[in-house]
Amino acid sequence: MIELQINGETRQLDIEPDMPLLWALRNELGLTGTKFGCGIAACGACTVHVNGQAVRSCVTPVSAVQNTQITTIEGLSAGGLTPVQQAWIQHQIPQCGYCQSGMIMAVSALLESNPSPDEQAVASSISNVCRCGTYPRISKAIADLIANRTDTPFVDATVEASV
Amino acid sequence: MSISRRRFLLGAAVVGGGLLLGYASTRPSRQSIANRDYAEPGQTFLTTWLRIDPDNIVTVIVPHSEMGQGVLTSLPMMAADELDADWANVRVEQAPATDLFANGVLVKGFAASMGFAAPAFLNRTMDFVTLKAAEIMNMQITGGSSSVRFTGELGMRAAGAAAREMLVKAAAQQWDVPATEIATRNSRVYHESSGRSLSYGELASAAAQFEPSRSPLLKRPDQFTLMGTSIPRVDIPAKVDGTAQFGIDAMPEGMLYAAVTTSPVFGGQLQSVGNKDVALQQRGVVRIVELDDAIAVVADNYWRANKALSMLQPVFSSTDADNRSSTDIFADYDAALDNGERNEDVLVGDAEQALATAADVISANYRVPFLAHAAMEPMNCTVLFRDGRCEVWTGTQDNLGIRGRVASVAGLDENAVTVHPFYLGGGFGRRLPMSTNTIDQATLIAQQFDVPVQTLWSREEDTRQDYYRPAVSSRFRAGFDSSGNLVAWENAYIGKNEPVEAAHIAYNIPNQKIDYVESPTHVPFGAWRSVAHSQHTFFLESFTDELAWKQQQDPLQFRLSMLSNKPRHARVLREAADKAGWATPAPAGRARGIALQESFGSIVAEVAEVSLTDDGRVRVEKVTCAIDCGRVVHPDNAASQVESGIIYGLTAAMYGQISIEQGRVKESNFHDYEMLRLSESPEIQVVLLESEGTSIGGLGEPATPPISAAVSNALFALTGQRVRELPLKNYRFLPPPVERGAVDA
Repeated sequence: MIELQINGETRQLDIEPDMPLLWALRNELGLTGTKFGCGIAACGACTVHVNGQAVRSCVTPVSAVQNTQITTIEGLSAGGLTPVQQAWIQHQIPQCGYCQSGMIMAVSALLESNPSPDEQAVASSISNVCRCGTYPRISKAIADLIANRTDTPFVDATVEASV
Repeated sequence: MSISRRRFLLGAAVVGGGLLLGYASTRPSRQSIANRDYAEPGQTFLTTWLRIDPDNIVTVIVPHSEMGQGVLTSLPMMAADELDADWANVRVEQAPATDLFANGVLVKGFAASMGFAAPAFLNRTMDFVTLKAAEIMNMQITGGSSSVRFTGELGMRAAGAAAREMLVKAAAQQWDVPATEIATRNSRVYHESSGRSLSYGELASAAAQFEPSRSPLLKRPDQFTLMGTSIPRVDIPAKVDGTAQFGIDAMPEGMLYAAVTTSPVFGGQLQSVGNKDVALQQRGVVRIVELDDAIAVVADNYWRANKALSMLQPVFSSTDADNRSSTDIFADYDAALDNGERNEDVLVGDAEQALATAADVISANYRVPFLAHAAMEPMNCTVLFRDGRCEVWTGTQDNLGIRGRVASVAGLDENAVTVHPFYLGGGFGRRLPMSTNTIDQATLIAQQFDVPVQTLWSREEDTRQDYYRPAVSSRFRAGFDSSGNLVAWENAYIGKNEPVEAAHIAYNIPNQKIDYVESPTHVPFGAWRSVAHSQHTFFLESFTDELAWKQQQDPLQFRLSMLSNKPRHARVLREAADKAGWATPAPAGRARGIALQESFGSIVAEVAEVSLTDDGRVRVEKVTCAIDCGRVVHPDNAASQVESGIIYGLTAAMYGQISIEQGRVKESNFHDYEMLRLSESPEIQVVLLESEGTSIGGLGEPATPPISAAVSNALFALTGQRVRELPLKNYRFLPPPVERGAVDA
């Protein structure tokens, strides 16, 4: 049995320890907001938070994230839309939308850990692929979020408090 | 409807970015079928794409797929505006995949754009007879940058206007007043002088007694209330909280997952499969399914299916193409261009004679590689066979076409197939109905089960089993007379174009000879965002730039000098140049390039400003784009589509290369089929231009073609090195003034 803490809930799963977290989330738990894009950690569509850090779930075996707090896009907004999600609406960012769960998770983790990332930090942290080319709007949204930062957390506050 | 038009509409089925499937069938009244089959008690369909409920909710039914282009917002806006509906009470639904909601308007749109029929939509009065003629086509396709300009302009607006007229008639009858005294706004009908008012919902069933007008009066642009505004897109909230459902997210009860390996050499057949016993023993594995050209493992979890698949040892038959490479294919192209039969595309004046007597002749050869689509959502399709019926869950650019395809593969009647529409995790032409290898596999695999099976491709399979943008070679010669006038243009290229005008030039050159030569390959090909424009605009606008530099003319002025009879083209060039600061020198270490192209009814000019990284790679700093799309329905979404088109084209220019080696695709995933990322994304400025008295142009594709040439031309301005083959990742550039050749990466 694998025990995972996902979005504040304890889930017992009878799965192999080497099953990637992505497929546990999608196929075993029905949490389909986290997307499959490449399977080799090259696109970021599968990004989730593990103890508040952005992790690419397609190459993360479930055995490696036992005893951690895992947050998916579904859990991120459980207490209402976060500032990043609101900025995504304000800037009308998503097009096809497929990569945006991962994009939002990656940006949220970055801004939570680094209040004012410079261009270099954004470039190295946000390497997610978006084929619709929403990058120019994402850049503007990140700049806005940095400039107008409030006390509202960028990640699931309950998770942050517990780790 | 004349016989010739009907024949023409059927004949026009293969056009514009997709294979348009359809057949003639006469339907006495689509409206009556809609009310019989689809309306709930109390609901009434007024015209094909609108529903008005008693609670005054207006539902607009959209026959196109949402793949990020905003169609679930822009089309309902057009209907709601003509209807004078209250936007807060407008709901949007995706049309079910039945021919009732088929998109016949698309046929008329393509017909009009091909110049065969005069576009009636320039009139304020709708040509409903032509519209009816188009309805005989059973189509529900999303492609060719067509949704707003055809379904919207010809269908949605007419539907909204016709419904409004019916509601007014119903109120006039009920109140016994002339219809001319009745006003409409915010989903209500008003008789101002008597102070009476009724909601659309209250009048809906009475209004439905009237036949929709064949010529509803459309608004003038100054009467629009919604069109021209940037309403927040209706699909975005679900795309920021993870609730948006894509085909891959379908989870019908009891679903199993299939992982597939198809013959890596196109056309190979499955001969044998080794190690089946081991694979079958793996946890969760239910069955191994052997198809003609592929092997699949079906399991209760995709990862388990894929893991067991990797243990199998399939052997595929050898084919004639087993040793073919990109090098061979380009060599064939060269041989065909040297000796192959020339087919006429354009012939104006006498280019051969003009070249023979020209004072100066310039020639250049260009080529571009195959490209995959690489939509973010890997190809997938979920199918259930049960009780002689079939259900399909997938994201597709043509729900109706997929229904027909699945029925045909499964040997069922179309009416026995239900297609559940989903959001598309990227389309770009990959999810068009003629590119159905995933759908075919999913159907054949699921046929062996009585539970739903989701066939899901790995990224590697997605990259290696695509319908690729064709590799193309193109050769040019141009001649100047002794006064330096460009008098001859000769171009020969590989492959027949779709759209046909992709290699045509806007410039006023008196002698033109443009030919194509066939040189088929074994590589499957399909529509790729902007179709043949993406290759040819690189060729045409790079070569045009070469000519400008050769004449020591400013590339902008050189182009303008040949556009005296094309004011819209000249305007977008000037606008893009002005906004990009063309008249002032670029900052140190940077240079600008410009390119122009008309496609899908819109005219686009782009200026790229580039610099070099320390290791000699190109960095695109800024792109300024001016686009004249006739009229803008949703400015913010229009800008968004243009930004998207530029990034898609820029990704191809920088990185796009599918290589054939030993008959198969060498690249496999994002590590070797690279994508532009946030850190490399340029600043993009979009200038939206409108033109009075023109038809509305497309936005999903036209921004893609010019960017590769704009960047390449900027690189020439910066380094003196002319790029005649993409992608740019294969080059290292040195800053001026040193001129260096390409270095193969």
